[in-house]
Amino acid sequence: MSFQAWLLWPDNVALSVLTLAVLAMAVLYAARVPMHELLRSLGQALSAPLRLAARALGHAADDLQYRNRAVLLAHGRQEVGQRLEREFERLGAVLTRDLQGYPTLQRKLLDEITRIEEDYKKCGEVPPPPPDWTEAVAAVANIKSAGSELVLNVLEEIKRSVQGIHDKAIAEYRKAYETRHRILEGFMPFWRSVDRNLGQVEKTLASLQSSVAGVDQHMAKYEAINAATDKAEHALAVSAFTQFAISVLVVAIAAGGAFINFKLIALPMSEMVGAGDYITSSLRTSEVAALVIIFVEASMGLFLLEAMRITHLFPGIANLNDRLRRRMLWIALTLLVTLAGVEAALALMRDLLIADKQALLQSLAAVQAAPTEGWVGRIPTAGQMLLGFMLPFALAFIAVPLESLIHSARTVGGVLALALVRAVALALRVAGQAARQASRVLIRLYDVAIVLPLLVEHLVRAPRRPRRARPAAVALDESDIERTHA
Amino acid sequence: MDRRQFVFSVPALLLAAGCGDPRAHTQGVYMLVDTSGTYAEEAAKAQRIINYLLGTLQPGDSLAVARVQSRSFSEKDIIAKATFDTRPSQANAQKRAFRDRIDAAFRNVQGSRYTDITGGLIQGAEFLNEGGAGTKTIIVFSDMQEELDRATVRNFPISLKDIRILAVNVVKLRADNVDPRRYLGRLDQWKARVEKAGAAEWRVINDLDHLDALLART
Repeated sequence: MSFQAWLLWPDNVALSVLTLAVLAMAVLYAARVPMHELLRSLGQALSAPLRLAARALGHAADDLQYRNRAVLLAHGRQEVGQRLEREFERLGAVLTRDLQGYPTLQRKLLDEITRIEEDYKKCGEVPPPPPDWTEAVAAVANIKSAGSELVLNVLEEIKRSVQGIHDKAIAEYRKAYETRHRILEGFMPFWRSVDRNLGQVEKTLASLQSSVAGVDQHMAKYEAINAATDKAEHALAVSAFTQFAISVLVVAIAAGGAFINFKLIALPMSEMVGAGDYITSSLRTSEVAALVIIFVEASMGLFLLEAMRITHLFPGIANLNDRLRRRMLWIALTLLVTLAGVEAALALMRDLLIADKQALLQSLAAVQAAPTEGWVGRIPTAGQMLLGFMLPFALAFIAVPLESLIHSARTVGGVLALALVRAVALALRVAGQAARQASRVLIRLYDVAIVLPLLVEHLVRAPRRPRRARPAAVALDESDIERTHA
Repeated sequence: MDRRQFVFSVPALLLAAGCGDPRAHTQGVYMLVDTSGTYAEEAAKAQRIINYLLGTLQPGDSLAVARVQSRSFSEKDIIAKATFDTRPSQANAQKRAFRDRIDAAFRNVQGSRYTDITGGLIQGAEFLNEGGAGTKTIIVFSDMQEELDRATVRNFPISLKDIRILAVNVVKLRADNVDPRRYLGRLDQWKARVEKAGAAEWRVINDLDHLDALLART
């Protein structure tokens, strides 16, 4: 419908537009209340489900967080518990190793100390004191000879006798000291032995102290996890993220190794299963066979590490008795070695096939074949064979990062899922709020469009209202807002 | 298979395990070599193309080389044909034997009086359809100047459904040099005829240094 068709008086556009505007305003004013209701209902119809969904997602996020927390703490408890167990085992081994000889050592120490004591007592035996007659000798020495020959002879005789006795006493005294020195000299090995034994005891105790400190540390961590503290949860989450990143990196490196392995055996596998069969447009059966061999090797590696109790991905294997587990270990190892041997042979065959193809292409192109390079030319062949043999064993160790990846992926996935759910809930809440605000804005805009009738209504109603009373339109508007908010 | 294919093939392997792709992925190539008139001198170039094909075709693919004679709709005109073994070592041995047969056949090439390209195309289509290869290609090593005797009938619709037709080394004749429209018209005529016959592709390759367009993997 053209603009002209709306004009009541086509010759007078302004009047026509004005009349239409007045008419429209009157109609809109008449329909004000139902239109407000309609806009309000629309806003509520849009916002209510969004808010409901946001609330539901919020609850779901809370549940998810609770579950994540429970799983994280349980996993952390198990991990730290295992580490504690290992620490205790180590401590037990140290105690058994170092302190099982402690009674013997103690007995030895006691024996040595007893002997030292006895020897010490022996050293304490003083030499015999000088005989009592020394006083008599002193008295005789005071006798005045006054030139008497008899007295001189007596004194000479006494002197000779005393001299003999003195020499004998000195000799005994020296001998006694010599004996004590010998005893003291005999102390030395015992002292050294005691010193050595005490040093050993000190070393053992220091080692024990260090181990006990480690146990204390783990025990503190275990207690924190048991108490479900936020700090412990945060530490576990950070640890899980770190583990996840490292595991992804290592698995990516292992995937690179698997790719090299695949390249080594894909071509020769076509000699075994044929090169003309395809599973998809770009995937040959021989390539699939090569992939299967690599997967089987990885599986054997997984079982091997599982049987060695390095990884714990399969509880069934971990719960086997030692005899069966050892059998499984040997079977997995045998298969792995066999597959590694097969791969080495395939790597050799690959080299032969490439050489054959090269020779064919040279003959087709009528190019003179390059001379063989002797032992240098065999290096790539030997390298390929070695790689073919080694890579399966290297791939076997993928089980360790794989286990870590699986365990940490639960935490990482849980945290990411939680973040996603919360983001969606927030977006829904924002959208709901936007719908509500939009309905309010539309109501305002509607009133703006009919501002003149509202003004008239206000003027007409104003004298009827008591002073200081609030305008009806304002009151109505506010009630609108309240209802919209409801 | 490159690294990306390797990564994607791991889940694809799990999905595809046990259910093989029924489509054939092998190539079937039938090469018609024109030995009529002066074109017989181009035999060395034909050998070069055959050697390229032998070096490029994979185990499981098929190759046949046939002469274009006065009447070419005959198995007798096939010089050598082989479906290469799926084992690479056996396929290489077959390729060597194929090359020897071609060398022997091309040693004494005798030019024919007429040139029955249509008959050769019909024979090639028959050979390729029987082989059931996934990609079927007829390489026509000729100047594309068909000359038939009065008794030979070839002016009827032929079927080359889903077959790639490649005209290789389409040399210009003396008359083409006088009036190039003859040469271009000849090629247009063949193109129209081949496309009408339902061919998957029509292509002219005159630069023998770029033979990589000869084979196209599906």
